Amino acid sequence: MKTLPPVDVVVIGGGWTGLLMAKELASRTALSIVVLERGKQRQAGDYFATMDELDYAIRLQMMQDPSQETVTVRHNSGERAFPVRQLASFLPGSGVGGAGEHWNGICPRFQPDCFELLSRTTEKYGSKRLPEDHAIQDWGVSYDDLEPYYIRAELLMGISGKAGNIRGKKIEGGNVFEGWRSAEYPTPPTKIPYFSALFRDASKELGYHPYPNPAATASEPYTNQDGVSRPACLYCGFCERFGCMIGAKSQPTNTLLPIIDKQKNVSVRTEAWVRRIVHESAGKAGRARGVSYIDAKGEEVFQPAELVFLASWTLNNTRLLLLSGIGQPYDLRNGTGTVGRNLTHHVSFPAATAFFNKPLNRFMGSGAAGICISDFDGDAFDHTSLPFLRGGALFALSLGYRPIENFGVVPATVKVSWGAEWKKAAISYYDRTGRIGFLGEHLAYKGNYADLDPTYKDHLGDPLLRLTIDWRDNERNMSDFIVPKAVEIARAMGAKEVTPFSGIRKYDTTRYQTTHVQGGAIMGRSPEVSVVNPYLQHWQVPNLFVLGASSFPQNASGNPTLTILALTYNTADAVVDRYLRGPGALLGA
Amino acid sequence: MRRREFLTLSAASVGGMLVCSLDRKIVRLSAQSTKSIRIPLRFFTESEAMVIAAAAARIFPSDDTGPGAREAGVAIYIDRQLAGPWGKDRHRYTHEPFDDNAPPEFGYQGKANPQRIYREALKDLTGFNELPASEQDERLKQIESTVFFSLLRRNTIEGMFCDPIHAGNVDMVGWQLIGFPGPQMSNYADVDRHFGEAFRPKPSSLQQVTEVNDIRPSEDEQ
Repeated sequence: MKTLPPVDVVVIGGGWTGLLMAKELASRTALSIVVLERGKQRQAGDYFATMDELDYAIRLQMMQDPSQETVTVRHNSGERAFPVRQLASFLPGSGVGGAGEHWNGICPRFQPDCFELLSRTTEKYGSKRLPEDHAIQDWGVSYDDLEPYYIRAELLMGISGKAGNIRGKKIEGGNVFEGWRSAEYPTPPTKIPYFSALFRDASKELGYHPYPNPAATASEPYTNQDGVSRPACLYCGFCERFGCMIGAKSQPTNTLLPIIDKQKNVSVRTEAWVRRIVHESAGKAGRARGVSYIDAKGEEVFQPAELVFLASWTLNNTRLLLLSGIGQPYDLRNGTGTVGRNLTHHVSFPAATAFFNKPLNRFMGSGAAGICISDFDGDAFDHTSLPFLRGGALFALSLGYRPIENFGVVPATVKVSWGAEWKKAAISYYDRTGRIGFLGEHLAYKGNYADLDPTYKDHLGDPLLRLTIDWRDNERNMSDFIVPKAVEIARAMGAKEVTPFSGIRKYDTTRYQTTHVQGGAIMGRSPEVSVVNPYLQHWQVPNLFVLGASSFPQNASGNPTLTILALTYNTADAVVDRYLRGPGALLGA
Repeated sequence: MRRREFLTLSAASVGGMLVCSLDRKIVRLSAQSTKSIRIPLRFFTESEAMVIAAAAARIFPSDDTGPGAREAGVAIYIDRQLAGPWGKDRHRYTHEPFDDNAPPEFGYQGKANPQRIYREALKDLTGFNELPASEQDERLKQIESTVFFSLLRRNTIEGMFCDPIHAGNVDMVGWQLIGFPGPQMSNYADVDRHFGEAFRPKPSSLQQVTEVNDIRPSEDEQ
């Protein structure tokens, strides 16, 4: 294997976290930095003529290619796993910018008690209320610790929204259930399309507290703290699964690359497929020496580095740790080991599908434009006599309604799914249908985890990651509780017919739920229960940091990107201000 | 190389105006015309294309609610998709072991790619296009739960509503049918207006709206 000239820092993955870390280090230090991205080169201008639903939303051109690498899934450790042969339930991105290019840009903060979920829940309801095989943990970092970093992440992307709590003062029209904020959102809320406006008015009438969804799709032209400017959103409705035509949606390519491209000490190498993090001893004082990867010419090379940031997507982070033999794999049988534990997804479903007798003009919209209520989020409502813990947000988004994905949704009274009768109904309901969505917390359980698959391999012959995951009663009961609330709102919106969500059964790899997969390399206060410390520094290998949602001990109800970026800023400060002055563990084990 | 197959259509055979997409160039033919049109096929044989066209037309019929799979060119769309990377499973994970009886939550776990699924199913549908409509419906009902039918139904919807660059949705007939205007450069002035009333801008294709003429659809990927 050829050895390349050494660099100070190697970053694995060119998405939000990897490029944010590269930008911070490149502009604040003189370190030499290499970012390795296994997908293709991309630039902000690449998306001008990509508003093609078939190729992007259906054939998934911006996503990881499962023919190269995928994951396998089973519901419990006694079953055999099946490979995810075509992506569906989550959609990791590939290429520069990663999934941050094709996201919707929904940007809430997590509620403060999410970060101390175990302590707060036990304190309030007692440990007997925790599910039997739960693996809930505190993060080791608090909301107050992260608040300054939340602000920086919001300023970076110019998030559009309305505050509901500034330094403890509740503000009507914002999310009154959110944690305290030190400042208002950088830009005002997005425009609110008709379907979302109906939801706002109806939920308010029912006594809830609707607020505009915080959005990375800028409501007005914006220049951030780095001097990077983006135009205002034009509501074309091609956000999710697409790159933004004009760059109004904050994406790594239009928000971070403009700075990175100006720095001489950082380079982004594409089509660089990292296979291993090369390290010495896995004992107490391990050290990463660099990474080995297959380069664009297909040759395997070794890139030595003093500092390694593992910043690929959640599941790839866990897989690379396992493939590299770093840390002890989690073992369900005796509860030992940490790598792969606390795998969570997101409780996500269309709670109520509402059919109206008037047109909604749903083709117009933006990925994050819409209205939410958090009245049933987290612990905003009392759970003493409810058969579940936590909750989530109900929302009516107007994210652009495209026909291949959405044609054919008809009320339950229509019993056919093809032919003249179906066609007639589907045409008639096409622009008169709206979905009230739900996004709720998925708790961590001992039995939901990731390890290496014994059977299936990737295109290079490396084992795939195997997910063992299924829903529990907490998620099912949460769903049963929330669906009637959504139906009630849909009726109050004037819907003539409403189809309630049929309920959560087995984990379904064929239904898109969100790309919010968490855990596997979780953060915490001790190496016995976590892979990284609260600075996302590996407990046993202090010159290795593992960034991203792989660090979340469990899912929170909100979309994760803002929190991921806040944690990355936190790590960047710790590295620049402390680690570089005296490389070593930032926290005693 | 296989013999070049063409789908030969006469306007009179389908009645009324026929609009076809011939490698993204739109061809119009009226019922008065005596000419016929030969569309080069990339995957289907001519008789297969006739069967698929007939089946798609039962899934999405042309009737008094408006045009259907015939006018949108769905059969040609499917032909292009099958000949391209999607039809060959180029981006599907195709390592063994396969399992045709996997639980539904794990999706299709079989070995056959879309080309093979279509070709196998078409063997049992010879002469389908000659049957009266009611018998065609009966035949489709018998295979409703097959992998083939669910692909055909999905592909028919795709062919109805895809950007015309993919050879379906010819003349944007699908989009006009449901009031979808296709990609628009800006809805800024309208997104928070027209509450409760239909706002229907004239549909435009991706090429029209961007004036970019060298957009390469995925089915042309080599």
